Amino acid sequence: MQITINLFATLRKNRFESDRRQCPEGTTVQSILNDLSIPESEAAIIFVNGRHAGPDTFLLEKDTVSIFPPIGGG
Amino acid sequence: MDKILRIDMGADGGPKFTSTPLGEYAGFGGRAMTTAVVSREVPPLCHPLSSENKLVIAPGMLSGTIAAMSGRLSIGCKSPLTGGIKESNSGGQAAQVIARLGYAAIILEGKPKTEDLYKIFINKEGVKIIVDNSLKMLPNYDLVDKMKAEFGDKITCMSIGPSGEMKMNIASIACTDMELRPTRHAGRGGVGAVMGAKGVKIIVLDDTGMSMRSPKDPAKFKDANKRFVDGLTKHPVTGQALPAYGTNVLTNILSEAGGYPTYNFKQGSFAGASKISGETLAELEKKRGGVPTHGCHRGCVIRCSGIYNDKDGHYLTKQPEYETVWAHGGNCGIDDLDAIAMLDFLDDNYGVDTIEMGATVAVAMDAGIAKFGDAEAAINLVKEVGKGSHLGRILGGGAAVTGKVFGVERVPVVKGQAMPAYDPRAVKGVGVTYATSPMGADHTAGYAVATNILKVGGFVDPLAAEGQIELSRNLQIATAAIDSTGMCIFIAFAILDQPETFQALLDLLNAFYGLELTGDGVVALGKKVLSMERNFNERAGFTSMQDRLPRYFSTESLAPHNVTFDVKDEDLDKVFNW
Repeated sequence: MQITINLFATLRKNRFESDRRQCPEGTTVQSILNDLSIPESEAAIIFVNGRHAGPDTFLLEKDTVSIFPPIGGG
Repeated sequence: MDKILRIDMGADGGPKFTSTPLGEYAGFGGRAMTTAVVSREVPPLCHPLSSENKLVIAPGMLSGTIAAMSGRLSIGCKSPLTGGIKESNSGGQAAQVIARLGYAAIILEGKPKTEDLYKIFINKEGVKIIVDNSLKMLPNYDLVDKMKAEFGDKITCMSIGPSGEMKMNIASIACTDMELRPTRHAGRGGVGAVMGAKGVKIIVLDDTGMSMRSPKDPAKFKDANKRFVDGLTKHPVTGQALPAYGTNVLTNILSEAGGYPTYNFKQGSFAGASKISGETLAELEKKRGGVPTHGCHRGCVIRCSGIYNDKDGHYLTKQPEYETVWAHGGNCGIDDLDAIAMLDFLDDNYGVDTIEMGATVAVAMDAGIAKFGDAEAAINLVKEVGKGSHLGRILGGGAAVTGKVFGVERVPVVKGQAMPAYDPRAVKGVGVTYATSPMGADHTAGYAVATNILKVGGFVDPLAAEGQIELSRNLQIATAAIDSTGMCIFIAFAILDQPETFQALLDLLNAFYGLELTGDGVVALGKKVLSMERNFNERAGFTSMQDRLPRYFSTESLAPHNVTFDVKDEDLDKVFNW
């Protein structure tokens, strides 16, 4: 199935901003993190289709995963 | 900080000042001080521009010490924008300098009997209140340059631009930063209009010859400060994200989360978000020889600010904040960082609240005065404000006034103050804060965004009503306390996640004042401040009807998540139940 992965802030370093890729049915967010060598502590905020998700979330066809490191502001 | 300086601008024979001991205000600082003075001394039914209102300027309890992050200043009054009590908070150098000069508060009272404009000069020798009508209608940058020429470059300034002189509801008070630029503003609530109504154009401060305030227990204080700084450096938000990207790092995440108010709060995601994001901004600044890591006051270790140069590499403005980039950017459909930076400069120069200004321009766009996305039109509208044309005066009245004049149905305000950069339907915790804070629609008053979106201090789903009342309540209490210490609210990211850093803050207060405060004491202080504010507002005529969002937030759903604000009214009325 095809998914889109968006990375932000410091996670873009040595990786990418946005990538579309194929992955097998039953892929979880955790396997994406593993593929990209993003340690759990750095994947502070994970969205799937704009809703908060976690490493255990299963991905579906055409899902967008957005991963942020710890950030803040005001 | 053992004195209160009162300046009566309306005294017979001309403005007079008195310096008194703290009396009933001993132990107060920052927001606790401004709220205590306003709630005790300002008649809640007075006109905010009258001689009865007071402008209370107070450094925090730890300002003027070697404690990191302690440079925040509180400015309080009855607000011309909301009609209720206001505490407006600013960075820059002023808090530390006022504290080292020995003042726990500077209170402007009364109203001049003539049309003269005054500058006030405060240094080690004392106070001078001087007529200077040559300063009339000077914008802040030119004004500060003039003061530098007159008083030297060791000064710190607090000033109003033409907007404050014209007594606009959106007028701010500018505080100079470490480079002596008027870039840090007490923005919200029209505090600049109150300063203008009292005939004061600028307060020039010089603490040459004064020393750092000394703690009761210097060794314990130094140790606590070290642990405090270690905690801030260690936490990824205060130690990495904010110094690298500044507050505008929030643009991408709010747009991803579907809570980024776009085209005057019509939708929660902006197609142009990436072009105006914190990542793009930092890159651009570096490319043009600016800096993305910069502190707004001496002693800041987070350094979330920056310097923005134009395409020729010349200084244009400080790194625009998230709220400014949102207000003038996505909320107006504008995706051009140079235009946004220019708008930020104009706001600072005229002396206006960037949040209210941007929200107002978006309402004006909804009225058809300009097209969404038209950056040049937006710049021209802000220039009208600086000119004081009739259109400029309307816009200078704020989003609610502009909406009323132009017959706009959807005006995103609470208690007359415009909502900042988070749509309450998709970030429901901050929606509760918008509705219930005594300040009006205010995000910093109870920054539930931290827990709703950023997973700091836990997680509460932003799209559901559950848990938001408690979240907003706890943050409003904690913030009211932190705002009294002179600490920058961004320490919250570290102290919410790291108990040892919160303990270091308590240790700083205890070592300085010889106290034995616990977390309960901090909560008690926060509750006390909020209770005084609620009480003032009640006496000013506010009821629970003012603790509501505009109706359309409950009836019109927001894309992409198709959510409405469904926190119940009777639950909003429980926020202050303690």
